[in-house]
Amino acid sequence: MAREQRIKVTVNGRTYDKVVPVRLSLADFIREHLYLTGTHLGCEHGVCGACTVSLNGRSARSCLTLAVQADGAEIVTIEGLRDRDGKRHPMQQAFHEKFALQCGYCTPGMLITAIELLQEKPDPTEQDVREALSGNICRCSGYQAIVEAVLAVARKEFV
Amino acid sequence: MKPAWFDYHAPRSVDEALHLLSNAGPDGRVLAGGQSLMPMLNCRIISPSVLVDINRIEELAYLETRPDSLILGALVRHADLLRDPQVRAGWPLLAEATAYVAHPAIRNRGTVCGSVSHNDPAAEQPSVLVTLDGTVLIAGPAGRRELAAGDFLTGMMSNALKPGEMVVGLRYPRPAVGTGAAFVEFARRLGDFALAGAAGTLTMRGGVCEKARITVVGMGGGPFRARDAEAALTGRSLDSTQCKNAFAEAAAKVVAAVDPAEDVHASASYRRHLAGVLTTRALETALARSGGV
Repeated sequence: MAREQRIKVTVNGRTYDKVVPVRLSLADFIREHLYLTGTHLGCEHGVCGACTVSLNGRSARSCLTLAVQADGAEIVTIEGLRDRDGKRHPMQQAFHEKFALQCGYCTPGMLITAIELLQEKPDPTEQDVREALSGNICRCSGYQAIVEAVLAVARKEFV
Repeated sequence: MKPAWFDYHAPRSVDEALHLLSNAGPDGRVLAGGQSLMPMLNCRIISPSVLVDINRIEELAYLETRPDSLILGALVRHADLLRDPQVRAGWPLLAEATAYVAHPAIRNRGTVCGSVSHNDPAAEQPSVLVTLDGTVLIAGPAGRRELAAGDFLTGMMSNALKPGEMVVGLRYPRPAVGTGAAFVEFARRLGDFALAGAAGTLTMRGGVCEKARITVVGMGGGPFRARDAEAALTGRSLDSTQCKNAFAEAAAKVVAAVDPAEDVHASASYRRHLAGVLTTRALETALARSGGV
């Protein structure tokens, strides 16, 4: 049985055709085969949330998904959040202006999770935001500014 | 933090998956949502030599609400339950408990069947299946069978699957009219594995409890069904003057019956205390929701 498999994956609008080991995680595929190092790996067992990406429109832990499972899938990473003109996504702009990051390690996962929340619940309460972000660990303890940034985007202060 | 080598298969049908599983023997594993299995592979807690990924089996991606029951296939994710208005209306206990399952990204991938099969002592889904008198749909080399939740769940992280079998679905009977249900749990941080939790249903008729179900989680084994406490409530009038005593009695029976494990997160006595408190809260809420007050 082959321990490598050919996959075709669309990441941030670009389609890649690659042969990968079947045990390779989607996170390592994104970082080490596509060189998109904006997706971060913290714990590698689904706890910290840093590696969260959008997989077929839903947030997913890329450390708990195999690259071969993403065959045929559409993925968005933090590198894909800017628009075609290079303008930051409103959530990125809000994080930037509200100082919603210190070291930045958790930021890619925070952004993907926060954007999904506002897609599902455009007018969240502060509690909704805190619940949604509960699976993303920030060890700088910067949650307050992160929550404020997400609520500011919900209020359309950033477009 | 990287998994050991394995052979990977992504079958398109249950028959093909069963064939692969029986060829793999005891060293084959079904990969569904991967939210429990992948961490175990990454940490090399287990190193199966064959993974059978069922995510491309379309016949398992169904959720059907019937007049008498809810049936869901092995590819239904936790998040699918939360997004389904018919599930929320007809099986509110399931929806309420599912909201406690981990975090959004985990709920997007993790499957209900996978959680039931994995049978983590702190997991919500096995306890809901027990509380709602649900059954597990199994396919294997000898054909299909259906097992009651209590017979399927055989203890901590164990189930009654025979070699070569796989879980293909779950069935939840529709709760009787007059049934109120509640799920409560306590965790240090939202979405963490709960220190303890309780699921309760009360089916009320004319102020009398016709049927009670109480299941406690986080006590070490699989979900613990508190039959003594259920018996103490069944046939009893639960009006506003009597329900307090009745629930205290039921909670005391739960506390007496559970045998929680002690670990770094909580002592056994604290878990036992929580089991009683959470049972009372679940029953109070269930009663209010039954319309029986």
